[in-house]
Amino acid sequence: MAPYTPHTLPPPFTPFPSTSNASGEPPQPALLPASAPLPPPRLVTQGAESLLFRTAFLTLDTACALKYRPAKAYRHAALDRRLTKARLLAEARSLVKCRREGVRVPAVLGADWVAGWLAMEWIPGLTIRACLDHFLHQHHHDISSSSAPATADPNPEHSAALWGLMARVGRAVGRLHEIGVVHGDLTTSNLMIRPPPPATTIPAGLEPSDESGERISAATGARKTDEETIVAAEESEDDFDATALLQHGTVWLIDFGLAAQTPQDEDRAVDLYVLERAFGSTHPAAEELFQEVLRVYGESYKGAKTALRRLEDVRARGRKRSMIG
Amino acid sequence: MTSIQTLRLPHLPQENPIFAACFVGVQNAAFLRQQLLQGNSEYEYAFLDATTILSVNHLLAAVFRAVNDMLYGRLKSRNVHSEIVYCLSPNNNIAESFRRFGITESTTALLAVKVGMASHPNITAESVVAHLNSAVQGQPVSFNNDELQSLTDLDKLRKFYKLEGPKPQPKRPARQIATNGAQDSLETSAESRLEMECTILGLMALRGS
Repeated sequence: MAPYTPHTLPPPFTPFPSTSNASGEPPQPALLPASAPLPPPRLVTQGAESLLFRTAFLTLDTACALKYRPAKAYRHAALDRRLTKARLLAEARSLVKCRREGVRVPAVLGADWVAGWLAMEWIPGLTIRACLDHFLHQHHHDISSSSAPATADPNPEHSAALWGLMARVGRAVGRLHEIGVVHGDLTTSNLMIRPPPPATTIPAGLEPSDESGERISAATGARKTDEETIVAAEESEDDFDATALLQHGTVWLIDFGLAAQTPQDEDRAVDLYVLERAFGSTHPAAEELFQEVLRVYGESYKGAKTALRRLEDVRARGRKRSMIG
Repeated sequence: MTSIQTLRLPHLPQENPIFAACFVGVQNAAFLRQQLLQGNSEYEYAFLDATTILSVNHLLAAVFRAVNDMLYGRLKSRNVHSEIVYCLSPNNNIAESFRRFGITESTTALLAVKVGMASHPNITAESVVAHLNSAVQGQPVSFNNDELQSLTDLDKLRKFYKLEGPKPQPKRPARQIATNGAQDSLETSAESRLEMECTILGLMALRGS
């Protein structure tokens, strides 16, 4: 993996020249830093076309995922600009459309298609992939030995929660397809499970109704007594209670880099097929779980049944249609 | 009391601090608007109708885009201050954006925003607040989300950004529905404001695409 270098960032996100109080700065109020002690954006992941950074946007306490599509030196400059703009805008438009229609996707905070960056809401939590890895490897026997959701296995809560999670995945994908958007790269890594925000979902006066809120707020509360920097906040955020997440987390779709707005069942079926393959490659038991995703998907919107029928065809021939004609 | 907020947006240069001040019960909106129309450089502010601003982030997103476009020479309107007003708009009609988000003769809740420049080092929070206090006949209030919450005209925002009325909420986990109870109305209004902010920021970012 290439190490992070400053020139991989677009303007204006290139790191500040280091100021005099670069180290040991006191905690700053979110809106009013005397001089911004902002750590440089941190490279989270990298794809073929883009780099994903984590940084703050607008205010220091608004975490943001910054997706940057650097110019490709091997393309003609004019073509490069057009492709970057078209792809960035396709992604941003799909995200905005989904968000307006109430599908859980990251909000678009800002964009600059000349510089090639897109700033999105940061979704904390785990990928479904990480979640499945965690629970299926731990409770391998529980699930693969019983076909019913939760019967006689030693950890029925986990198993039942996992099936509940699959239902939420099916609904999320169904909602997406219902509004005429296909994801284009629907894998278990592009599905996130996000903890309910502790401050807003649990009213101050009321008892937290479950451990998840308590544990998460306890974790952040403990950190807050220390000197809090963005880095520390990131660390505490990364430290999730997987069980609570599984039970109460909401399912969010991320990475709309290949998304398209189309009404065709074929594209929806390919989305499902890609997801099915992603489940199948995680763990043998996951294939069974995927049946629950499909079951709920089938009930989630009006055209879902025809998309499922189309899935049969896609299974028979693979993701790509015949190249002839 | 100081009613001015100095904001430094992450990633924007240190030389471009943002000064924001909010006034209610403003009586000389017509005069202020006249100064803008005449291009009086003393009155070079983004004068916004505070009822069309949903939240601090809503304003900051517009400011970020305006300052970013200024830094890279892509301003579409006269200066960075008019660009802030234009950046609030979801479409490319500059005149309409001024009518909708800018100061009008009947504006009583005013949000004045000024961007500091390296070329004008004498513009400071003190100078801005002194000038505004003498120029604006109104009562200064602090600029924050709580204050904005009481000012915002949500129906107007829904119209400007073509947002539908309250939609059926996406399905929420049963736990939340069960525990909300009495708090439900208050909580959903805060939630729907946040949701609205997310959509509006996206629509603003896509303007001109």
